[in-house]
Amino acid sequence: MSVSIQRLEEIKKDFLSKQKVFQKTIRVCCGTGCISSGALKVLEKLRTALKTEGLDEKVKVIETGCHGFCERGPIFVFGENDIFYQMVGKRNIDADVSALIETVKSDKIAQNLLYPDPNDKTKKFVATREIPFYSGQQKIVLHLNGYIDPESIEDYIARGGYVALHKALQMKPEEVIDWIDRSGLRGRGGGGFRTGRKWRSCREAHGSPKYIVANGDEGDPGAFMDRSIMEGNPHAILEGMIIGGYAIGSNDGYIYVRDEYPLAVKRLTKAIEDARRLGLLGDNIFGTGFRFDIRIFRGGGAFVCGESTALMQSLEGKIGEPKAKYIHTVERGLWDKPTNLNNVETWACVPLIINNGWEWFANIGTKNSTGTKVFSLVGKVNNTGLIEVPMGLTLREIIFNLGGGIQKGRKFKAVQTGGPSGGCIPAEYLDTPVDFDTLTELGSMMGSGGMIVMDERNCMVDVARYFLNFLVEESCGKCVPCREGVKRMYEIVDRICNGEGREGDIEHLEELGKAVKLGSLCGLGQSAPNPVLSTIRYFREEYEEHIKHKKCRAGVCKPLITIKINEKCNGCMVCARNCPVSCISGEKQKPHVIDQSKCIKCQICYDVCRFDAVTIE
Amino acid sequence: MVKFKIDNKVVEAKEGEYLLDVARRYGFSIPTLCHHEALGSDGRCRVCVVEVKTRWRKRIVTSCLFPVSKDIEEVYTASEDVKLVRRTVLELLLARCPESDVIRYMAAKYGITEPRYKKDTDKGKCILCNMCVRTCENIVGVSAIGIIGKGPEKKISPPFREASDACIGCGACVAVCPTGHIFMEDKDGIRLIWRKRFELAVCPKCGRYHAPVEQLEFISKKTNVPMEELLVCTNCR
Ligand SMILES: Cc1cc2nc3c(=O)[nH]c(=O)nc-3n(C[C@H](O)[C@H](O)[C@H](O)COP(=O)(O)O)c2cc1C
Ligand code: SF4
Ligand code: FES
Ligand code: FES
Repeated sequence: MSVSIQRLEEIKKDFLSKQKVFQKTIRVCCGTGCISSGALKVLEKLRTALKTEGLDEKVKVIETGCHGFCERGPIFVFGENDIFYQMVGKRNIDADVSALIETVKSDKIAQNLLYPDPNDKTKKFVATREIPFYSGQQKIVLHLNGYIDPESIEDYIARGGYVALHKALQMKPEEVIDWIDRSGLRGRGGGGFRTGRKWRSCREAHGSPKYIVANGDEGDPGAFMDRSIMEGNPHAILEGMIIGGYAIGSNDGYIYVRDEYPLAVKRLTKAIEDARRLGLLGDNIFGTGFRFDIRIFRGGGAFVCGESTALMQSLEGKIGEPKAKYIHTVERGLWDKPTNLNNVETWACVPLIINNGWEWFANIGTKNSTGTKVFSLVGKVNNTGLIEVPMGLTLREIIFNLGGGIQKGRKFKAVQTGGPSGGCIPAEYLDTPVDFDTLTELGSMMGSGGMIVMDERNCMVDVARYFLNFLVEESCGKCVPCREGVKRMYEIVDRICNGEGREGDIEHLEELGKAVKLGSLCGLGQSAPNPVLSTIRYFREEYEEHIKHKKCRAGVCKPLITIKINEKCNGCMVCARNCPVSCISGEKQKPHVIDQSKCIKCQICYDVCRFDAVTIE
Repeated sequence: MVKFKIDNKVVEAKEGEYLLDVARRYGFSIPTLCHHEALGSDGRCRVCVVEVKTRWRKRIVTSCLFPVSKDIEEVYTASEDVKLVRRTVLELLLARCPESDVIRYMAAKYGITEPRYKKDTDKGKCILCNMCVRTCENIVGVSAIGIIGKGPEKKISPPFREASDACIGCGACVAVCPTGHIFMEDKDGIRLIWRKRFELAVCPKCGRYHAPVEQLEFISKKTNVPMEELLVCTNCR
């Protein structure tokens, strides 16, 4: 028997009525971040404590996906009054569990588990919605992340899940595509291609069968937006894909998941099994005769496998090398059949658009970049984590409002967006509204949404070297400009960092960078010079200082710096005690000196000195 | 048939035909390093780039793989960007394979005599065009060699860097290699190639060593021509 909308309604009612017995809910983050900071252990103790107190029948504990604030994990949120507890169990697990029980029993708030304002330690936030990191967000894709149990299809259905699928199946396929097109949705995986247009080309392409693929490869180091969706709300991706399959005329979907994401694989697998059990996948979905099924493929783990053609090669069981895309994959993709690939976040937007209408989506964000975007905000900001904001929010709002400003009150220098082959944007563009086009104009890109914040202690030449090094490692090596060119760019930048820069190096990098961009086969090579070209564009004087004056103003490039102790030193001896190679000497209460021949420039003395007596030159 | 211009000359071509073939038919010279008439190309070397102008945009493409379509308005085979990419590729390859005369000669045509980079010493003359691998797989049909590793450390090799059971010692890879990188030696009735030794067959008529016995056995099995016939060298047949 096929699934019906009445059946969904029943499941929802049934689920909600079962909830009525609970007086309280605690939402426990069981995302990868919180698990690695010990959430499961606290959870176990909490469950035991609830049982001992005879509260286990009254309190519902939901194991949710990532709440975004992983740095502050483990995170426990009380459902009704929205009390946000962070770093639970980090200091004293038993005391913290008792505090949780206290809150359950008497709503007593444990001050030490609240989130303190990073700029004013005396201030603490109680509710999630008061914390700027959360209040500045607009969660639509992640709206259920942190609320539902990702392993329960009933929970998803109780919150309106799979209604969009039913609605889409009552529409004509062309109409569904039209909605997606009019919503303005653009691909969240990097390129920002119009999703509706892609679907239409795939629908109109000749050849069958046709395939639907979700890209969950997420190879950007440090990025975890896609992981968080796959782990936190897997059904949203499935629902989007089934709708896409109907619109495009495909019966077979694949989710390509990075192999390093076992939890995502587990939850997606469970989600697929549950959807099959209820008839939301399989034959005759909602009695319409439409058949669709989804399989999971675990990727090999190379960064380049996220690129569309390499991903398809890899799915076919071949080496994940990109191919020329002069004939688009919507015409000839997987096994040379029409294939529609979208990023998992793109897929998760689809049910929202069908449920709320394309106008609703088109009204969020900017004219040419509609909707929201999930970013992973990391680096030298106070609040790091995963955020979802409307397109068009400025960099300043993201970094200083949500991010809470720069750590230790230091000065902002640049923000690197777009993953390893994105670019660095300097302070003068902090008021730029963030969308696909503005970032490209600034010589960077949206990429999949990585944002790394840098301060005055980051050397921009060193930053360029860091990303080049990653790209040299990750170049598949198929085409000459990328394989050989990026390696040579790395060599030049490395030389500059080592104080061996030469007149003409900057121009050489610009020329080589341009050639690599123009000549490379796939997006990796075509964007690999970005970190170098954008830092030259905005921080040329830092390159010049390295080359001409052998100076690194940020004090990062070790061959270019000397650590000295000045007359402010009062001989407190803290530096001497902390120096790992014991090269600081001097008597108590008298200025100390550093033996330059032994100094390894680790800068520990600089960090520990409380009298500004250590200088980096 | 569609009409467009290559460097100001009007040309005609079938839709789907590769630009390289069209350009060559009209006498334009475009260098290639990983394209072969019998093998096609998989777009590795990038020296065959040209600039294509369509109604929407101008961009650099590899002519060996770019199919002719109605959208093409004009093709430039020697624009500044084209020359930049070719020059760069050849300089990079010269730094990789300083011993290769072929690369040295081509690079000189673009004004490069010495690369600005530290020369590699461990790559031999291999530019990773992959033509040997494709020949072995698609023409000979044995797949005795492949590409292993990734990035700058990619390498052509038999699987597991050991002598391959599949290799029949035919030497087709040697013949197709544009730079002469692959080592093969026939000496005293033995052929040495890809770390494997092959016994060479002696022609019963002229007494000359000609092909590896394994290769003849392979052909015999595939074509059903008896070994006795194949043992006779092509000159004496
Ligand atoms: C080197 C490279 C890596 C990529 N990695 C990813 C990835 O991890 N996830 C992803 O969704 N897209 C990735 N992409 C973009 C994909 O090629 C493709 O454009 C995207 O998955 C299409 O989906 P969308 O239109 O929904 O963005 C990558 C592209 C390149 C060039
Ligand atoms: S650009 Fe780089 S990653 Fe892409 S095909 Fe060429 S070598 Fe491989
Ligand atoms: S994993 Fe818990 S907040 Fe991200
Ligand atoms: S000949 Fe076209 S890429 Fe090598």
